[in-house]
Amino acid sequence: MTGAVLAAGDSISAPSISYSGLAPVLIILGVALAGVLVEASLPKAVRFAAQVGLALAGCVAALIVVIVLAGRAGEVTAAGAIAVDGPALFCQGTLAILGIFSVLLLAERRLDAAGGAIVAQAALTVGSSNDRMQRTSHDVQTEAFPLFAFALGGMMLFPASNNLLVMFIALEVLSLPLYLLAGLARHRRLLSQEAAVKYFLLGAFASAFFVYGLAMLYGYAGTVSLAGIRQSASVSDKGDLLLLLGFALLVVGMLFKGNVAPFHSWTPDVYQGSPSPVTAFMSAATKVAAFGALLRVFYVAFADSRWDWRPIMWAVAITSMLVGAVFGLTQTDIKRILAYSSIAHAGFLLVGVISLNVRGISGTLFYLLTYGIASLGAFAVVSLVRDDDGEATHLSQWAGLAKRSPMVAAVMTVFLLSMAGIPLTAGFIGKFVIFQAGVDGGLGTLVVIALVSSAIAAFFYLRIVVLMYFSDPPEGGPAVSVPSICTQAVVALTAAATIFLGIIPQPILDVAHRAVPFVS
Amino acid sequence: MSGLWLIVLGAIPLVGAVVVGALPSGATMPGETAAVGDVVPAEAASAAVAPRTEGTAAAKLTALAFSLAAFVVAIIITARFDTHSSARFQAAKSWDWIRSFGVTFSVGVDGIALVLVLLATLLVPVVILASWNEETPGGRSPKAFFAWLLALEVMMIGVFVATDVFLFYVFFEAMLVPMYFLIGSYGGSQRRYAAMKFFLYSLLGGLVMLAAVITLYFASPAHTFEFVKLVGTVDPGYQKLLFFGFFLAFAIKAPLVPFHTWLPDAGAEAPTGGAVLLVGVLDKVGTFGFLRYCLPLFPEASRYFAPMVLILSVVGILYAAIVASVQRDMKRLVSYTSIAHFGFIAMGIFAFTTQGGSGAVLYMVNHGLSTGLVFIVVGMLIQRGRSRQISDYGGVATVTPYLAGVFFFAGLSALGLPGLSTFVSEFLTLVGTFTVHKTYAVLGTVGIIFAALYVLWMYQRLFHGPVKESVHKERLRSIKDMTALETVVVAPLVALILFFGFYPQPLLDIINPAVKITMHDVGKRDPAQHAGNGAKP
Repeated sequence: MTGAVLAAGDSISAPSISYSGLAPVLIILGVALAGVLVEASLPKAVRFAAQVGLALAGCVAALIVVIVLAGRAGEVTAAGAIAVDGPALFCQGTLAILGIFSVLLLAERRLDAAGGAIVAQAALTVGSSNDRMQRTSHDVQTEAFPLFAFALGGMMLFPASNNLLVMFIALEVLSLPLYLLAGLARHRRLLSQEAAVKYFLLGAFASAFFVYGLAMLYGYAGTVSLAGIRQSASVSDKGDLLLLLGFALLVVGMLFKGNVAPFHSWTPDVYQGSPSPVTAFMSAATKVAAFGALLRVFYVAFADSRWDWRPIMWAVAITSMLVGAVFGLTQTDIKRILAYSSIAHAGFLLVGVISLNVRGISGTLFYLLTYGIASLGAFAVVSLVRDDDGEATHLSQWAGLAKRSPMVAAVMTVFLLSMAGIPLTAGFIGKFVIFQAGVDGGLGTLVVIALVSSAIAAFFYLRIVVLMYFSDPPEGGPAVSVPSICTQAVVALTAAATIFLGIIPQPILDVAHRAVPFVS
Repeated sequence: MSGLWLIVLGAIPLVGAVVVGALPSGATMPGETAAVGDVVPAEAASAAVAPRTEGTAAAKLTALAFSLAAFVVAIIITARFDTHSSARFQAAKSWDWIRSFGVTFSVGVDGIALVLVLLATLLVPVVILASWNEETPGGRSPKAFFAWLLALEVMMIGVFVATDVFLFYVFFEAMLVPMYFLIGSYGGSQRRYAAMKFFLYSLLGGLVMLAAVITLYFASPAHTFEFVKLVGTVDPGYQKLLFFGFFLAFAIKAPLVPFHTWLPDAGAEAPTGGAVLLVGVLDKVGTFGFLRYCLPLFPEASRYFAPMVLILSVVGILYAAIVASVQRDMKRLVSYTSIAHFGFIAMGIFAFTTQGGSGAVLYMVNHGLSTGLVFIVVGMLIQRGRSRQISDYGGVATVTPYLAGVFFFAGLSALGLPGLSTFVSEFLTLVGTFTVHKTYAVLGTVGIIFAALYVLWMYQRLFHGPVKESVHKERLRSIKDMTALETVVVAPLVALILFFGFYPQPLLDIINPAVKITMHDVGKRDPAQHAGNGAKP
């Protein structure tokens, strides 16, 4: 008896962990921790440079590791909790690239007279005399960088999680820093604080949904591993109620993060209130993480029960495309327009996710990359157009932009055309792969609806182009500030990538295609 | 080497657009403050234009040089074109482009594409010359105007020479962007609305077509986008749906009634150069698409839907002719005449006879020449009178006899006077249709009577009678007749309309084989002998 216990005790050994496979996540989380130490120990004068250097180095190192790992066969590590496979690595690589751009945007200090888009003391009461003073003070805090690194680390873990508990932890790790970051805008503090609170409250709800779904699924399958859930679903003779309830709750939590309507209502407010570098990061990277994880959940855990949930996801995808396209028409703030565009794109992405075929995986991955780049670039441009009160985001302030700064308007047009899916931009190729996957997966009607709603959405992208090019600038309108090399590099690289991927997409499509099989 | 000519042809305007766009943009600032609305006092306008003319002279000359070079290359390709070859495409070349989608970068021309490429490359230098002294609204840079024109030429060439459906689609959609900027930046007072309407209409059609393009890949066992491999392999079960997807995009582009409402706005608001290319070449992409894609790829569906298209064509001919007669705006009137003409072209195509098909292709070319000429002379008149309203003019012939003469000639070519090239094509189209569908042909002929009505009535109101008692009277009395430059602009078009009016055979020789292949694809045999015999006026 005791022998048996002992033997069992002996067999409980630490699970083997493939540290090399986890290296990208570990690097970024390590950078985050180091950033906290830097914040605590280094003198103020060098802190900023150290933080930027650290975050950049971390992202670049993670990207290199991802590229090295890409050649290896997929594996499951940490007792089956984490999968290091093609889709996970593709998402991590995309996140590392978007991370590099985001760091550069966060490091921009020339645009704002007071230095940086991030406020020094976010907790001050809005409107108090201290708060008014800090608007113009040159105090700069750098805690945004470790926060950013934590969020990025969580995002990298999210699509690699092979069981729901790890996925939940990753969800929280990526969310909490974002809630904080949303509240750090230097200008229009009230909006920013509102954004943070809104994001936090609704995000907490979404997390609760996720956990509740997790519990249901555990009750159904007796395991939290994705592969285990799939297995139970195929052999279990229990009723499907727990499975479907669990699925629904779980997916609600994830769709919330992916800005999918009808779980989108926070998006416009949060995008508008957050500092633009944070919005850029949020819009691009969170989407990659959320859809990377959705792909894994759908393909690994729920592919066999597709007949049960596909009709619902149809409806969700259509809702998201139409809500994004139609409500985007009525907006007058450029950040809100981009938010609704993000909601519409989430609907398109869902078409790829639920087509459940090889093209669907590689197409979604490719689309995430192209959308992330265009969205990040667009928000970077938004941060350039400013008046005395910070960024000038009202549409009317963008009138005639092309006359005063033709390059900025041209670059913005590239991003907008890419989002509208006009050929010779990356967005078109992205749409094409997704819709091809959809047609291949028997979603022809959905694809037609998607195309019609992208025609509707094109209207508000074009509206911005019309304003920039065909209208006369208002008297005393905002000016385009000349940014430092950081933002210049981001804008130039994202625009170049958007055009390059539109004309020569094959290399990246190959990478996405090779990434395909999920390991579970 | 032979396959590279088409690449060279596309590369020349592309390089040109980049070069023109990159030229230093002289002094563009002075114009901004002076020119606010569209009604600018002549002195202020000329003062605003003066400093920029020097800065943009280089841009104009560069653009002209590149467009002429492209035309020369197009002539070389025509000279090398073998009218007796049995190959479907000549000067063909193909590279892998996006392997994951089965997309190739394939180019080649058949007779139909070749004549349209010739038309496009001819019209671009003409348009550049016609826009030489045009004022740009709101102090916008004329340099960008010429760069967009060349960019548009790249797309036009691409759309005709592409022999891969995906590549065709890319050019088809990308073409909207330069045209959008030409209308939106350089058009009339309602340019924003017109540009938006144009873009959204075309985009909607294009996206429906995209759905069809994607499905096409799966509907054919060939799993490719290469046109040559797709012909005859499309699953008949899918054909009706796919035909509809392509047809909608082309019908909006052409435009066929009832998908036409964007054209009068876009045509009226576009600057002269943009309008010529929009109606002269871009809209031909729609009818070209019928012939190149709808008929050969979906023959069953084409036969099934032909009666519907024929009815739409006839309705279009009559409806647009009636609406054109009552227009008050010259450019809108010309746009409506084009809609009527597109009805003829569509009718010729869907009659499924070689005569009708060849007539339709010839019609496309001649319509490009003739409407191009009409838009140019209308533009010249508007530039002088500063109004698009017909009622603001009257008796202009007494002041500008040459302009009146050319205008009359252009009008006669638009109404298809025998001896002018448009008559040949109209005649062929109607004969080709008559042999199989007598009613439609007869109804279509009624449209010609209306054409005479609206053209001659417009001419009469503009140029004859007393000089109109209006605010414009003084200006009308003082306007100048055609300048030497303007004569150079219209001369090639006038000459070609006359030449092809008497001797259309060279064009028909190029067109006929391609049309025959197309009609063979669609599985129809001619009831009468083929075109070219008995078609000479």
